[in-house]
Amino acid sequence: MSKNDGTLWVDRYRPTSLEKLDIHTDLTNQLKKMCTSDNLPHLLFYGPSGAGKKTRVKAVLRSLFGASVEKVKVEHKAIKINTKTIEISIVSSSHHVEVNPSDVEFQDRVVVQEIIKEIAQSVPLDAGTAQKSFKVVVLHEVDKLSKDAQHALRRTMEKYVATCRLILVCNSTSKVIDPLRSRCLPVRVPLPTIKEITSTLQSIAKKEGVNLSTDLANRIAEQSGRNLRKAILSFEAAKVKQYPFAPNQVIERADWEDFIKQMADEISQEQSPQRLQLIRSRFYELLVHCIPPEIIMKNLTMELLGRVDTELKYDVVKWAAHYEQRMQTGSKPIFHLEAFVAKFMSLYKQFLSGLLE
Amino acid sequence: MSTKRPLEAPSSKSGNDRSDSGAPLPWVEKYRPKSVDEVSYQEEVVNTLRASIERTGKTSTILAIGRQLYGDLFKSRVKELNASDERGINVVRTSIKAFAQVATSASTNASGKTIPPYKLIILDEADAMTQDAQAALRRTMETYSKTTRFCLICNYVSRIIEPLASRCAKFRFKSLTQESMEERIKYICDKEGIRFTQELGNGLSQVSGGDLRRAINLLQSAHSMYKEDTNAAALFEVAGKVPEQVVEGLIEAAQSNSFDTLESAVTETIANGYPASQIVSQLFDVITDGPLRDLQKAKIAEVLASSDKALQEGADEFLQLMNVFSVVMQEASR
Repeated sequence: MSKNDGTLWVDRYRPTSLEKLDIHTDLTNQLKKMCTSDNLPHLLFYGPSGAGKKTRVKAVLRSLFGASVEKVKVEHKAIKINTKTIEISIVSSSHHVEVNPSDVEFQDRVVVQEIIKEIAQSVPLDAGTAQKSFKVVVLHEVDKLSKDAQHALRRTMEKYVATCRLILVCNSTSKVIDPLRSRCLPVRVPLPTIKEITSTLQSIAKKEGVNLSTDLANRIAEQSGRNLRKAILSFEAAKVKQYPFAPNQVIERADWEDFIKQMADEISQEQSPQRLQLIRSRFYELLVHCIPPEIIMKNLTMELLGRVDTELKYDVVKWAAHYEQRMQTGSKPIFHLEAFVAKFMSLYKQFLSGLLE
Repeated sequence: MSTKRPLEAPSSKSGNDRSDSGAPLPWVEKYRPKSVDEVSYQEEVVNTLRASIERTGKTSTILAIGRQLYGDLFKSRVKELNASDERGINVVRTSIKAFAQVATSASTNASGKTIPPYKLIILDEADAMTQDAQAALRRTMETYSKTTRFCLICNYVSRIIEPLASRCAKFRFKSLTQESMEERIKYICDKEGIRFTQELGNGLSQVSGGDLRRAINLLQSAHSMYKEDTNAAALFEVAGKVPEQVVEGLIEAAQSNSFDTLESAVTETIANGYPASQIVSQLFDVITDGPLRDLQKAKIAEVLASSDKALQEGADEFLQLMNVFSVVMQEASR
């Protein structure tokens, strides 16, 4: 690995095989056992983002098929439905196919069926010499698939089980239907602990020849919220900003986090229609910068919770959950974000005037 | 059998080739009982109507009866239709009728056993049939009762139309007791070379809730992943269940009456990848058995129900869990 090939550290130090994974060793050992037995069941990887699900899936593929899975090509495939054609990009090697079916929104059912059918019908010819006589289909973000597509998947999975195995990846199994879950072996991938992140950061620092103090590594790890990718990225960013590190080096936070903090201040300072107007423009500002509305809602709630009395906290959480759910079922997030803020303002004002009396 | 473990190509459904050959069958199929004597439970148990909650051995029992009645002729005398087969009114009118019409005579097979002069049609998951199809079946059943016996299997007898239900003798299947399930599991463990412990048995009956098929499937997956160290903890992981300590930890955090403690506990749980919907459903069991007063339990149950729905619709896990536990906190502090 040359030091200046221009890639980010996140990519450069991504483990490629099961042997190189140094986080969650128990899980890795189980996966190793499974890869060596001749019967690989369908797998369902779940865990929060940044936990290393995809890395793990790649490692499993590698230990199943060897280095040739890394020779991937990206193709754009057009699938015809009645008169319409939809395009989807597929990453594939000679042993596996990777798709993110949620890209195509409501037509996902057709895509899922088409792709699996296509790969399942072409059995690998050198089944005798290759280690495995099946191909693997990796589906990302299964929890974003429509219920329709998930039901379609269930039948397809059974039908083509002889020639292909599925690896499903999702953030939470809450939105994956039960019959699908029961057909797969669930693999839970938790976020790495602060300690694991710290040691990973230090091993990267060593390989890069960077001098990283334990204290700073700890601080980076804590601020990342146990997200390894975020930690490595902010480590690299910190290095670009100032090196050698000062003992009180400031770790950059994403600017939208500060932005939301500022919004929470503004909301708790004044509760009036004018202020609401201002907050609306702030929301738009965040939304046009592609910050997902769920994240805005969540962070804002957290910030507001820190600013109110315990009595009020119950209500804040209740309404946040209420409006967030509505946001998921509705179509325009701004309405619900604003409704939440308006609700909060009225609650807060009532509470304050109650105190004065 | 729609939830057959998809490890191998679907095995043939006919009776004779289901012997204990070396082929890697899913264990559920491999250890399906082959005669009535082998059915682990349901000792009390022929137009028949069998109604019962899920997976208590209904299908297994009737297949075993069929095999005992007909022996080698099983294939030609028994027609089995389940929900995945087409069963609209057309099928009732044509293929079921055609099968029922042909008369058979009593005969003796090679071993000298008499084979009864009627055939058997098994309609599995009959409660999924349309009303029309059920109505069409009424007359058919009566007309051909000389040559054919019908066996309807369903989860809810209330979904079978009254005139059809009244034409059948009913057998209710109770859910399997822990002992009889354990016995079967022990037998399979024995054959597969897994060390059976009491802990494993308890764990299995807990995660499967009396559902033998699920229990066997779980056992097989756990075995494929953990090999010799298959234990209760492994089962919990394979079943996608949240360990009890995690749920208890969250409740404890809620009882601490501090929002910060609760917040960090919930963040931790989400970070460890435990699905919120699972926590919600497990919390329900813990709360209902807990020491709270009925009114408090009712309040918590209400929020559990609404957040379960919200989660299904894709709401944020963190906020929903916070909401649930803040209600728990509120109620516990009263």
